[in-house]
Amino acid sequence: MCGIAGFNAVSLSPEEQQLTLARMVASLDHRGPDEHGTFFDANTGLGHTRLSIIDLASGQQPMQSADGEICLTFNGEIFNYVELREAMIHRGHRFRTDSDTEVILKLYEEKGVDCVDDFNGDFAFAIWDKRKQRLFAARDRMGVRPFYYARRPNGLFFASEVKALLVVPGIRAELDPFALDQIFTFWFPLAPRTPFKDILELPPAHVLIAEGGNVSIRRYWQQDFADEAIDRRREPAIAAELRELLTDATRIRLRSDVPVGAYLSGGLDSSIVAAVTRQIKHDKLRTFSVTFETPEFDESAFQREMADALGTEHTSVACRANDIGTMFPDVIGATERPILRTAPAPLFRLSGMVREQGYKVVLTGEGADEVFAGYDIMKEAKIRRFCAGQPDSLRRPLLLQRLYPYLPGLKGQSQKYLEAFFRARADEVGDPLFSHLPRFRNTAGAKVFFSDDLRSTLGDYDALDELRQDLPRDFARWHPLAQAQHLETAYLLPGYILSSQGDRVAMAHAVEGRFPFLDHRVVEFAARIPARMKMKGLREKHILREAMADLLPPAIGNRPKQPYRAPDAHSFVGANAAPYLGQALSEQAIAAAGAFNPRAVAKLQQKCSAAANLGFRDNVAFVGILSTQLWHERFVQQGASHQNLNAA
Amino acid sequence: MSAQFSTKHVSTKVREFIKDNFMFRDDRADLADGESLLDAGLIDSTGILELVAFIETEFSIQMADTDIVPENLDSVETIVRYVDGKLEAAA
Repeated sequence: MCGIAGFNAVSLSPEEQQLTLARMVASLDHRGPDEHGTFFDANTGLGHTRLSIIDLASGQQPMQSADGEICLTFNGEIFNYVELREAMIHRGHRFRTDSDTEVILKLYEEKGVDCVDDFNGDFAFAIWDKRKQRLFAARDRMGVRPFYYARRPNGLFFASEVKALLVVPGIRAELDPFALDQIFTFWFPLAPRTPFKDILELPPAHVLIAEGGNVSIRRYWQQDFADEAIDRRREPAIAAELRELLTDATRIRLRSDVPVGAYLSGGLDSSIVAAVTRQIKHDKLRTFSVTFETPEFDESAFQREMADALGTEHTSVACRANDIGTMFPDVIGATERPILRTAPAPLFRLSGMVREQGYKVVLTGEGADEVFAGYDIMKEAKIRRFCAGQPDSLRRPLLLQRLYPYLPGLKGQSQKYLEAFFRARADEVGDPLFSHLPRFRNTAGAKVFFSDDLRSTLGDYDALDELRQDLPRDFARWHPLAQAQHLETAYLLPGYILSSQGDRVAMAHAVEGRFPFLDHRVVEFAARIPARMKMKGLREKHILREAMADLLPPAIGNRPKQPYRAPDAHSFVGANAAPYLGQALSEQAIAAAGAFNPRAVAKLQQKCSAAANLGFRDNVAFVGILSTQLWHERFVQQGASHQNLNAA
Repeated sequence: MSAQFSTKHVSTKVREFIKDNFMFRDDRADLADGESLLDAGLIDSTGILELVAFIETEFSIQMADTDIVPENLDSVETIVRYVDGKLEAAA
């Protein structure tokens, strides 16, 4: 795990190239504190910061081929590199190192850009091919590792994080208003858009080819839920194969020359990963978790139970009431985007603790809810659709009482209001976004705080329409559960979970997360499992529970989904108010950033300070506004100062 | 009608509360009396609880669970009608 940076076809002098790449690499030091390296050829440069995990002695980068014609800078892991290497040795290749990096190089030499099809891993890399005068970059299927780029008149620049692009002369941070509209609808911008105007993200499962002055982007993999491919076998056979596959996915993710730990949240998914790990590796497993003072969010009792059951050496870090507010500016510096929930903050703290404990690599249960249908929003959609089928039924809407048992606002809500909140209008049933419309609309309510200027720029822009246009061609033919799963897996997962809650907050402390549930073989296999086995009635992740039941204590194995959440607006007000809050939300600062209406923000802040309980919309609005302000200060204002210094 | 609160007073107070707590801004086109708070995206599940707490405190009335339904609370018009009815009954 590392950071990568570089450029292609730049019109910079050799000295400017060296200085620029040195700055880009230095800005990614947190991702790879162990070694730095650069490579230059003609008007192309590749840079690397290394977090040494595999082949500590000889895996330095950028790595050149034996004939010096190809050079690679690579962030991530190719988990099946052992098998690929053996197969290539059989085909006559000779290797100089034991690293997965060299496997990429050799496979590119053999197969060209199609090499990505063979990789099982989490990766973002760039290859400079001297012979073809071609830059080839690729990103893993699920979007675990990041890749950002910017095209400017003086060249193409790329990096693992945007902050490395902002040190390039001429690249300045400016808010993309349409990205902000998307964030205030979906919680993230739709790739390739980022919050930074004219700085793009290479979407997951895509490659980029820069050749002869042209840049082309193409998809190389797509999650597919086609009915024709559905597995027709009986449940026990499917469960058995699932277990075998998940075990192998975990096994190859334990490949490392440094110790591998595991996050243990107390929920089903991380417990499964830890339990499978214990079956594969019999030595002591270190597990890590975060705890909360507020009982509504705390899962420490389940964490202890699972750690005891597995006999792991468990360490937890407490997230106290004012911690989230205190670390929030650093969290936004890491996420590089406004966020609407504070959940990345405790994970930022957790990765810091893991690093202090001497660990660089952790396995987590991320992805199971997307791949095996564990989210309540999927249950909600099933009930809403069921109710819409018989709008006059009095019994069907009673199922709504089963939703979101952990949300205080819904507890004790009258049946009539539950129906009003979740009812599906007749025209919505056929909408491809049916499952997520209530969440998107509730979130979009926070746009009431947008400034007049921002509204005027946005005009009649509709983020939902843009998402509808982006869906796969066959989407409408998929099962409704598959549609909901795809919206989570292809969008929210890379756009928020794996980035703001994943790579960025882990790599801020040089910790690499590995996700067995996101092995593409598991993802593809799960897509072929019939919907009724994933959500049986209203039992989420049914097939996964069946496959792994004997590995878990019953209290964990049968535990209903408890989503990972953290305190939102209340982390910042009253006794928890951080010293920077007054400045960040001052009328002048709000006006300077230009995105929000200062008076409306003042009213919201007042409400958040006074109210004991806040609803979803007020919480996302407060956190979204504050994080946008902090983002503006960190990247637009301070970034401009850095650029001016560089120019001087 | 209650001697304590005229219909106009109730309407003004309800409107103020909704503007300050759900709309947050003064420059939005005025809220129509019959406009659905749910359809306008102005109120969520916690918002209902806030609205009930406001009505109970501001007008010194108790809302039964069975009264907490959209028919009574989903617009300025229905809220005013409901509050007026409760005040009249108490008078």
